[in-house]
Amino acid sequence: MKKLRMTKTAKNNFVTYFIVLIAYIVVQMLLKTGHMSSLMEGLLVPLCIYVMLAISLNLTVGILGELSLGHAGFMCVGAFSGAFFSKCMDGAMPNGIRFLVALLIGAAVAGIFGILIGIPVLRLKGDYLAIVTLAFGEIIKNLVNVLYIGKDNNGFHFSMKDSISLHLGEEGQVIVNGAQGITGTPHDAGFTVGILLIFLSLFIILNLINSRDGRAIMSIRDNRIAAESTGINITKYKLMAFSISAAIAGVAGVLYAHNLSTLTALPKNFGYNMSIMILVFVVLGGIGNIRGSIISAVILTLLPELLRGLSDYRMLIYAIVLIAMMLFNWSPKAIEWKDKIKEKYFSKVSFRKEKEVK
Amino acid sequence: MSLLEVRNLTISFGGLRAVDDFNIEIKKGQLYGLIGPNGAGKTTVFNLLTGVYKPNEGIIKLEDKDITGLKTIDINKAGIARTFQNIRLFKELTVLDNVKVGLHNHYHYSTIEGILRLPKYYKVEKEMDERAMELLKVFELDGEAEYLASNLPYGKQRKLEIARALATDPKLLLLDEPAAGMNPNETGELMDTIRFVRDKFDMTILLIEHDMKLVSGICEELTVLNFGRILAQGQTGTVLNDPQVITAYLGE
Repeated sequence: MKKLRMTKTAKNNFVTYFIVLIAYIVVQMLLKTGHMSSLMEGLLVPLCIYVMLAISLNLTVGILGELSLGHAGFMCVGAFSGAFFSKCMDGAMPNGIRFLVALLIGAAVAGIFGILIGIPVLRLKGDYLAIVTLAFGEIIKNLVNVLYIGKDNNGFHFSMKDSISLHLGEEGQVIVNGAQGITGTPHDAGFTVGILLIFLSLFIILNLINSRDGRAIMSIRDNRIAAESTGINITKYKLMAFSISAAIAGVAGVLYAHNLSTLTALPKNFGYNMSIMILVFVVLGGIGNIRGSIISAVILTLLPELLRGLSDYRMLIYAIVLIAMMLFNWSPKAIEWKDKIKEKYFSKVSFRKEKEVK
Repeated sequence: MSLLEVRNLTISFGGLRAVDDFNIEIKKGQLYGLIGPNGAGKTTVFNLLTGVYKPNEGIIKLEDKDITGLKTIDINKAGIARTFQNIRLFKELTVLDNVKVGLHNHYHYSTIEGILRLPKYYKVEKEMDERAMELLKVFELDGEAEYLASNLPYGKQRKLEIARALATDPKLLLLDEPAAGMNPNETGELMDTIRFVRDKFDMTILLIEHDMKLVSGICEELTVLNFGRILAQGQTGTVLNDPQVITAYLGE
């Protein structure tokens, strides 16, 4: 009887979890039977990272309704704080626990940055968040590039100039080496860990959306003035959504850092282009549609790799797919068609169930 | 004792005195009307009462408590809820969720309890559902509870807005042109609903309206605004026969 009571949203969420699970099982089978090229194997963890970034950005863009153009900045903050911790604690505690703590630290630091940016900016009406986050992403990237932190017997040393001015003792070790970043982060990330983190992010975001707080967040998106006069604390809920979104991006960053032997802040991985790419995942997957974000992140990450054989035509096809996805998701005719299909094949089952509930 | 007492309320935008020396006293359980020509400052009065604008002068008291200059959400918590002239629903939320947002400050569980789906989440959500459905039933919207608010027909959107305002459990309900865009049948139905709300919820209602049939039909007292100033005030029958009101607003 309990299953029948499942509401439409609960069913929807279940489908989302199920898709991720199926994807995991399929990939595992391919890996076990050796049907996956090493190139694809190398893409698995980045895929998980992109999916996490896309769903977390969707919380800000789709659910809260604020535009953020610096999501890679939060990922960067999380990556460096997590990697820094792992590098310091390598060998000092069991690997599993160390990685877990690194994930928590990455989430906390990115979340705190989210709050720090959010407190002044989210009070404003309009597109200021987009401008400030855009600047934040670039500033963080450049700041990390001139940051030197070392450790010796006397404790931590810090400099913004170069590694020599850290004045380390004999036993000293440079941990963050400016533009060369952090080298030798333990390789803890893996596909299974990535999928688990996706499940965790989905769990947090989907449950948040379907709770009292989630309703408050979406009411602000739909009509700020009405939400205010209905007694919703606008600043509090905006901050909540934005910092959770930042924290999950931070976790994705920690995963990223533990998948590479050298972590550097380049325009390629933490720059403006990356933030825009995440936004493209969100927009093409459907703003506010978490499952759509997952699917579009996967497709748009795999596509350039699958089309590698076509060399020069690769980006052309990529662009066409972008346009096709946009039309499929947003054009009124396509939406109408999708509704029709849904009604034809799925309605019989689901409607009957809903009537029983009533 | 009066529920709402407003004295010398004044606000200027630049050189324009949009509301000038506005006074009103509404008793508990009253149905009070605020009328006047377009641009007379009626909605500005609502915005002053709900804290959207801060008055330059004057005092607003709700149940003898000074609420002048409070923030919108604090005024809502103090007990004033409103609807809007141009309907402002949460369009992408369901009808049920719209009302549940209104219940937000009366039912509590923490964010963690919500995310981890602890027993309290289910318990409180169930209570919220029941209360929201009760309210929707009053407005005959219970059949459409799972619809998106934007898919409701116009008249029902108006009703949903009133239901959402009532969900915040106010002492005073402000309705800004509830009959705008309705045909005579719908207006008649709305009049019944408003009367019903007053009786069932023991509500005090202040409404802005242009529809004279509605105003003369349900309002017990009226205030007429013209160019931001009070033109006439008193019993509905007396006010509507005031020659000044007839020339300024009703036309001969």
